[in-house]
Amino acid sequence: MKILIIAEHDNQRLKPSTAQVIAAAKKLSDNIQLLVLGYQCGSVAEAASHLAGVEQVYLADAQCYQHFIAEQLTPLIVKMASEYDVIMASASTFGKNFMPRVAAKLNVAQISDIIAVLDPQTFQRPIYAGNAIATVKSLDDIKIITVRTTAFDPVETIDHSAPIVNAAPEPTHHTTEFLDLVSSNGERPDLTSARVVVSGGRALQSKENFELIEQLADKLNAAVGASRAAVDAGFVPNDYQVGQTGKIVAPELYFAIGISGAIQHVAGIKDSKVIVAINKDADAPIFQMATYGLVGDLFEIVPQLVEKL
Amino acid sequence: MKIVIPLKRTIDPFVKPRIKADHSGMDLANVKMAMNPFDEIAVEEAIRLKEQGIASQLIAVSIGDDKTQETLRQALALGVDEAIHVSHHTDLEPLNIAKILKAICDQQQPDLIIMGKQTIDNDNNQTGQMLAALLDWPQATFASACVIDGQSITVTREIDGGLERLKLSLPAVVTTDLRLNEPRYASLPNIMKAKKKPLESIPLESLNIELKPHLEILKVEPPPERNRGKILESVDELISALKNEAKVIE
Ligand SMILES: Cc1cc2nc3c(=O)[nH]c(=O)nc-3n(C[C@H](O)[C@H](O)[C@H](O)COP(=O)(O)OP(=O)(O)OC[C@H]3O[C@@H](n4cnc5c(N)ncnc54)[C@H](O)[C@@H]3O)c2cc1C
Ligand SMILES: Nc1ncnc2c1ncn2[C@@H]1O[C@H](COP(=O)(O)O)[C@@H](O)[C@H]1O
Repeated sequence: MKILIIAEHDNQRLKPSTAQVIAAAKKLSDNIQLLVLGYQCGSVAEAASHLAGVEQVYLADAQCYQHFIAEQLTPLIVKMASEYDVIMASASTFGKNFMPRVAAKLNVAQISDIIAVLDPQTFQRPIYAGNAIATVKSLDDIKIITVRTTAFDPVETIDHSAPIVNAAPEPTHHTTEFLDLVSSNGERPDLTSARVVVSGGRALQSKENFELIEQLADKLNAAVGASRAAVDAGFVPNDYQVGQTGKIVAPELYFAIGISGAIQHVAGIKDSKVIVAINKDADAPIFQMATYGLVGDLFEIVPQLVEKL
Repeated sequence: MKIVIPLKRTIDPFVKPRIKADHSGMDLANVKMAMNPFDEIAVEEAIRLKEQGIASQLIAVSIGDDKTQETLRQALALGVDEAIHVSHHTDLEPLNIAKILKAICDQQQPDLIIMGKQTIDNDNNQTGQMLAALLDWPQATFASACVIDGQSITVTREIDGGLERLKLSLPAVVTTDLRLNEPRYASLPNIMKAKKKPLESIPLESLNIELKPHLEILKVEPPPERNRGKILESVDELISALKNEAKVIE
């Protein structure tokens, strides 16, 4: 069984998700190759070549891949697909965007968001906001799979490096034009792979107050997340949203501060090792699943935490 | 400009789903159903484009059982002009839904398709991208803003890392994210008027498309339970528990 993994990166740095997708792939086969599509991204291919378990890295370096536009990425992946049994990418907004397009061009299904590999045909994936786990069997010859990366521990970086081979780009007539990217992230750890995540909800009331969450995160070298309500209210950028329809996180330690614990939010945090809830309402649903709870006013509790940590 | 809006009738997002006792699937008997929330946002966006005089004809399409017609009536009450119901009684996978939608779009020749990024039942997040592939149209997923200008559409996309803007030539497929708009409620007069709007129901077989299953669902089980933890009395107790009991901080 031969597997091709599409590497996730920003043309400069390989994202941690790729090492987690490789871990999922290793449950299927040891014959794993990586494809890096991007522009002036040699350093990414170099980093990818040092991930344990990778046998070969293909580098398709061309301007048409600079912005990861689905219509552009698809033709080369589709062309390479006939050589493989499985194509995998992370179930981030990167993988979610082009993988179904690849699947449809190949006339096969996509298996979204797998959390376990049972055998080469059979996978588990959460449905209904994680309220159920479906075991699904693929009937296709080529399997297109996106991986919920939080379910797999990343493979290591090793000294040995796999060979890097250039792949010729496969340009298309598509005219989708990239205009700009307003970037949201500062220097914080990546939300989906951070060891500690501190999230704030509607109760923070304003962008200014949300600083409290940032202060606590600074103390813990944590990533910052938010509920949908906090994002909708404009306290933080869109990609801070944790939940069923935002990011899925599974850190060692998760703080839900002024978050009620709606099913859609809980869907994104369930697999965290330790969950701390801070809420002034003792009946808030979040307390039903938190490891530790503090009932009280976050505007009193969080400054104390910041001071004492 | 003609817009097609594919939509699905799903479980109401605020209902806790139940699994069938034999683990063969979800138990949807007597469960409150609703229009998939992302599709409500798609309908709203289409209506706004019509109100701005940019769109002239809005057609909602849904594949599902007879009850699906209620959800299509709701779209008509909100301001969609026509509805097409493709009658089929089992849940189909995204590739097959995309093939059916392609057949409808081949007939209707829309300039734009606006649909949800994800159904909240199966959480697939695939159908829009697949439909765009089958039509060989450009796609913009996870939209939080759309601006139409002549023969192109500029879409702001919510992606990991920020907000990206793409300019696509029409026809194109756009999938909606939560912050694209806030859907309205249907007014009583509009609900009455919707009863007279055209809703055509056709059997799936009449479309003559070859569909086969690509995935088999072997079983559906509850996720591992999280135990209810402890309520602590003070910040000191919390810090001590995190350090000494859970050992997640130093
Ligand atoms: C289709 C769909 C998709 C969705 N996707 C997501 C998603 O991905 N992620 C997500 O998070 N949500 C999602 N939601 C929204 C979800 O249903 C909830 O509305 C949302 O999570 C609520 O956010 P919240 O907990 O911050 O706000 P609220 O529910 O309003 O809770 C605020 C909490 O703060 C507490 N509080 C208030 N003041 C204080 C104080 N001073 N100190 C301490 N506590 C205080 C209150 O007791 C309350 O429990 C989705 C909804 C839909 C319909
Ligand atoms: N049965 C259906 N009928 C019409 N449209 C559908 C159906 N199922 C899914 N869709 C559309 O596809 C989108 C994405 O669904 P999914 O890929 O299943 O997450 C939904 O938001 C709908 O717009």
